[in-house]
Amino acid sequence: MTALDFSTHQKTDRPATAALIQAHDLSLRYGNKTAFAAVDLGIRAGEITAIVGPSGCGKSSFLMCLNRLTDLVPEAEVTGQLRWGDWDLLHPKLDTTCLRRRVGMILQKPNPFPLSIWKNLTFPLAEHGIKRKADQQQRIEQALQEVGLWDEVKDRLKDSALQLSGGQQQRLCLARALVLQPEVLLMDEPCSALDPISSRRVEELVQEMRGRYTVAIVTHNLAQAKRLADRTAVFWNEAGTGHVIEAGPTQQIFDQPHHPLTRDYVSGIQG
Amino acid sequence: MQTSSSNSTSNGPRPDWPAIAIWTIATLITATFCCILLDILWHGLGQLSWEFLTTAPANAGRDGGINSILVSTGLILLVCLSVAIPLGVGTAIFLAEFARGNPRFSRWVRRSLDILAGVPSIVFGLFGYAFFVQRLGLGFSILSGGLTLACMVLPILIRAAEEGFRAVPDGYRLGAASLGLSRWGTLRQVLLPSAMPGLVVGLVLGIGRAMAETAALIFTSGYVDRMPGSVWDSGRSLSIHIFDLSMNVPGGEQQAYGSALVLILLLIVINSFASWIAQRYRLGQQGR
Ligand SMILES: Nc1ncnc2c1ncn2[C@@H]1O[C@H](COP(=O)(O)OP(=O)(O)O)[C@@H](O)[C@H]1O
Ligand SMILES: [Mg+2]
Repeated sequence: MTALDFSTHQKTDRPATAALIQAHDLSLRYGNKTAFAAVDLGIRAGEITAIVGPSGCGKSSFLMCLNRLTDLVPEAEVTGQLRWGDWDLLHPKLDTTCLRRRVGMILQKPNPFPLSIWKNLTFPLAEHGIKRKADQQQRIEQALQEVGLWDEVKDRLKDSALQLSGGQQQRLCLARALVLQPEVLLMDEPCSALDPISSRRVEELVQEMRGRYTVAIVTHNLAQAKRLADRTAVFWNEAGTGHVIEAGPTQQIFDQPHHPLTRDYVSGIQG
Repeated sequence: MQTSSSNSTSNGPRPDWPAIAIWTIATLITATFCCILLDILWHGLGQLSWEFLTTAPANAGRDGGINSILVSTGLILLVCLSVAIPLGVGTAIFLAEFARGNPRFSRWVRRSLDILAGVPSIVFGLFGYAFFVQRLGLGFSILSGGLTLACMVLPILIRAAEEGFRAVPDGYRLGAASLGLSRWGTLRQVLLPSAMPGLVVGLVLGIGRAMAETAALIFTSGYVDRMPGSVWDSGRSLSIHIFDLSMNVPGGEQQAYGSALVLILLLIVINSFASWIAQRYRLGQQGR
């Protein structure tokens, strides 16, 4: 099995309804604290999957499994199955560099590097072997156009990225992920540190990504989940451990929730 | 209970004793420092001249200048820093970036470093004598002195540099990792420049301690005041020169004052140069 080789992978191989990334009985422990357990969840290709739930129920931890950022936390231990088609994403010898090139991530707090806007984008490109000036130029312009930042920054690409506003910084981080042309984007509350207008802006960008990228987005904003997501998964804390209590089409989750906790949560009574 | 009873018996605002004590102590310390500085300036300024800096000491240092002393000081510092900086920054990077999975080990290393930083310099001097001078056979030489000083400033340098790396926001590390960037590239492009202020602080503290050192050098680099031919020769540092002139050489006070003034000026120059580098690094990092 070519478990570690991503290069031959084709997105069109699978029917659109099947999950692109499938978690099965996935659990994560930090030392003796279990962040979440027994999670069965599929992230479907080309769709937007929202992950909602109260704080501390393992939503961020779940996202971090999908690009193996858990490798950075020494005491983190992931068990169960996590597959992308035939590939075992939990394999200890998995090429995480390659995985992370195909799975981009945006965090809650915008984190552009303390470099110029231009360098923020050329640095990841150069690290991934895209060193030709023309290639870089083309990809950077495309990514900045895509996040609606090109007209705002095209004359000040040499300025520090830290001089941008919070919303612009977040869009730059999005562009920084997009220059690597990923297939999957993980977003961990990308709007919650932003002002309402910037937040709206980022939400629109996510909206436009439907069909072109596979998006998993953690959000505290239920209205946002309702507007954005094709499917929604509800995480819940049970005895200090996160579980998925319900997952399905967004409309069903909000209109006919099966689980009583989901019903209370989406109607604003709980959580 | 007690405070409320004493409060009720006193009328009017009570003097704020702790604040007064702190201000008094601060003023006294600053005043003492200013007195010393003024004293050195007053006596030393008359000595200062181009000739003083460029002629060799004569008559046990009572006459002539300090050219050989300056060269020895520079060489000792050069040996010290060229060992201490790579080793110190490397260790700091290891502790702050790579030893995270092993907190017990790094806590142990950190505690040892803190103890080392508090060891009196005479102990380093004896160690340097036993190890570099005798065991490694380097003799009384600038090399022995510089290496001993390196041992002495390493703990300070490492701890300050490590703090510099710890002050770098974790978002940079997470962001870089989630882009699949190599650790080396992240270190060079993002972490090192961001940690620069901490590195410079460590460097300035280390150089300050090295320049002021006498006890660790007497047994290692020696106190021959001739112009050194190479790092294998013995050489006398500025601080030892000052010590010798004021303690062992009757009539050497004027020259001691002159040398002390040079030492202070050197420290000021090094300090400003270091903060200039830090500043430039930060600007350069943003403007590229
Ligand atoms: N690095 C870590 N080490 C130990 N425990 C952690 C770590 N990160 C998160 N946790 C714990 O795991 C649980 C889930 O956290 P998280 O995934 O951040 O939840 P959420 O994103 O849903 O708020 C929390 O109880 C948190 O305290
Ligand atoms: Mg979270």
